[in-house]
Amino acid sequence: MYGTIRHEIRIHRSAADVWALAGDAARLCEWFPGIVSSETNGNQRTIVTGSGIPMPEEILVCDNTQRRFQYRLTLPVFTHHRGTIDVIDLHDDTCLVVYSTEADPRTMALVIGGGTAGALQELKRQMEGAR
Amino acid sequence: MGRKILFITTDQQRYDTLGCNGGTIARTPVVDGLAAHGVRYERAHPQSVVCMPSRSTMITGQHVSTHGVWMNGVPLPETAPSVAEVLQTAGYRTAIIGKPHFEPFLDPFARFPENGFAAKGTFGPHRGFEHFESATHGAAGPLHYARWLLATHPEAVGMYYPVLDGSLEVNAMGGGDTGAPQAWVNNIPKEWYHTDWVADRTISWLDSLADDDDWFCWMSFPDPHHPWDPPASEVGRIDWRDLPLPAGYIADQAERERVLDAKPRHYRAWYDGRLVSNYEAPLAWVPATLTADQVREVNALNAVECELIDEAIGRVLAAMRAKGWDDDVDIVFTTDHGELQGDFGLLFKGPYHVDGLMRLPLIWRPAPSSRPADAAGTIVTRPVGHLDLAPTFCSIAGVPVPQWMEGKPLPVDDLDADTRAFERVLTEWDSELFGVGVHLRTITRDGFVCTTYLPGTAHDGTEGELYDLNDDPLQRVNRWDDPAMAALRSDLVADLWDHQPPQQLPLRGVEAPV
Repeated sequence: MYGTIRHEIRIHRSAADVWALAGDAARLCEWFPGIVSSETNGNQRTIVTGSGIPMPEEILVCDNTQRRFQYRLTLPVFTHHRGTIDVIDLHDDTCLVVYSTEADPRTMALVIGGGTAGALQELKRQMEGAR
Repeated sequence: MGRKILFITTDQQRYDTLGCNGGTIARTPVVDGLAAHGVRYERAHPQSVVCMPSRSTMITGQHVSTHGVWMNGVPLPETAPSVAEVLQTAGYRTAIIGKPHFEPFLDPFARFPENGFAAKGTFGPHRGFEHFESATHGAAGPLHYARWLLATHPEAVGMYYPVLDGSLEVNAMGGGDTGAPQAWVNNIPKEWYHTDWVADRTISWLDSLADDDDWFCWMSFPDPHHPWDPPASEVGRIDWRDLPLPAGYIADQAERERVLDAKPRHYRAWYDGRLVSNYEAPLAWVPATLTADQVREVNALNAVECELIDEAIGRVLAAMRAKGWDDDVDIVFTTDHGELQGDFGLLFKGPYHVDGLMRLPLIWRPAPSSRPADAAGTIVTRPVGHLDLAPTFCSIAGVPVPQWMEGKPLPVDDLDADTRAFERVLTEWDSELFGVGVHLRTITRDGFVCTTYLPGTAHDGTEGELYDLNDDPLQRVNRWDDPAMAALRSDLVADLWDHQPPQQLPLRGVEAPV
């Protein structure tokens, strides 16, 4: 069964600055608590979780104009997965970052979605702390 | 040297599973013995009927709205207050052994400390517990018991019931003799089962203490929570074929459905398989398919698990007696919430504030050294709650009850309860999961239980339940809309909102299903 989770956070930093980190596939492990490494090879990325689980992913979209990053986990347990990070310029030197997760089975949407909420908090902490 | 505290919890155990509470299936002489020499509470209620919020109330002494763990999957912040921390600061040695569940269990990112200790080969400290040794309902996951079983008896790991199915939903697969959901033949030797492991590890920790240490030990058994998969060697203790149907089960289908239809609509919707509002109720299981024999078998397996717990407690108490400690140990026994176990044709749990889930076993055997030698057991009939546990532990330890605790030390009899105004107990439910939202607030007072519903997926905010616990102990007649009860209903709802703490907003995020 299909599940969707969406989290968002406003960051007091320019969209360009935030996108420089959030849009860099290889740097996910810098701001996603519980991901200890993220290595890319072309449109393939492999993340390793804090519990030691390697998760292969396919990068679907990395759009520097729209500031949208999309990927999917390719583990067999997923019938479907899509993760989407949007960095939206609010034109006041702040931005809104939206991290959406779709998954089948739906339980994984919730489990991953819990991680993305923590990731957004960490992204905000890093970006606002680095001003 | 002060009084030591053994806090014993089980998971999802009904009030009527103990002999001292009138139970006739499981033999529970050890806990019954504690009641005979202590205080037995007849109206103890949780502040939530699911694990994480309820356990968070136990450790903080706070209502759910205050500690903010408003449903399973919401972690209790690491900075949350903890009675263990209070006692540790007062010089107590502290441990939790067994099921903690203050943080989500499904945690592939290993973000929560609870799930990280075993992998690192460490045992805390965490939340004021200098020793944190964990287990849950089977052999899966990152906790100490699962690691121990994998390392020492790997052949047993696959013997447990698979709690999740291939879609990562709570498994609806039936087993046993009747095909009851989550009934299972588990060929694990009794000595390797988590109940005995919790007792073994508790004894081991107690062995590490000095005679003059003050200590607080929370021994937390994962059973009799489903799956109902006790060691197969023990199942023959109770033949389900010999059991009567429980009083709460309505055998006549038409009558059962009439009773359900008189309750708020999510009861019947779940029964018919149209609405599942709790992740731990198997999505693929339809309660209307539950048979009388399945209810009997679940009750038998549950009772076997209760007996194993009782015997495990007996081993721990014997170990304490062998050390000469028993006279100075306060023992508190309870569970986090109940189990429907066939009531109204339902199993498991969810947003259903009826006695199957809300009326809990609670027994306090004060340290014999603190009471007259001939003190017999007493009974408290007034309502008490889990939020009274943490203040009780402080009181036993001679530590002032912190301002942030919202309960009071438990009364020792009804006179004490009346003197200190134990008049009501509140229980909350909030859930927002996969588009289904349910919100309940309940007050139990003066022999009535009254639940008001807030707007949600299945409710418009006008619904409610009102039961007279004296005339209708099985809560079959919902008198919410009875004109004769209108004044009482208004009074109870007003009293509820007068005493219900405001919910901490914004609600913290749900970070896992459980």
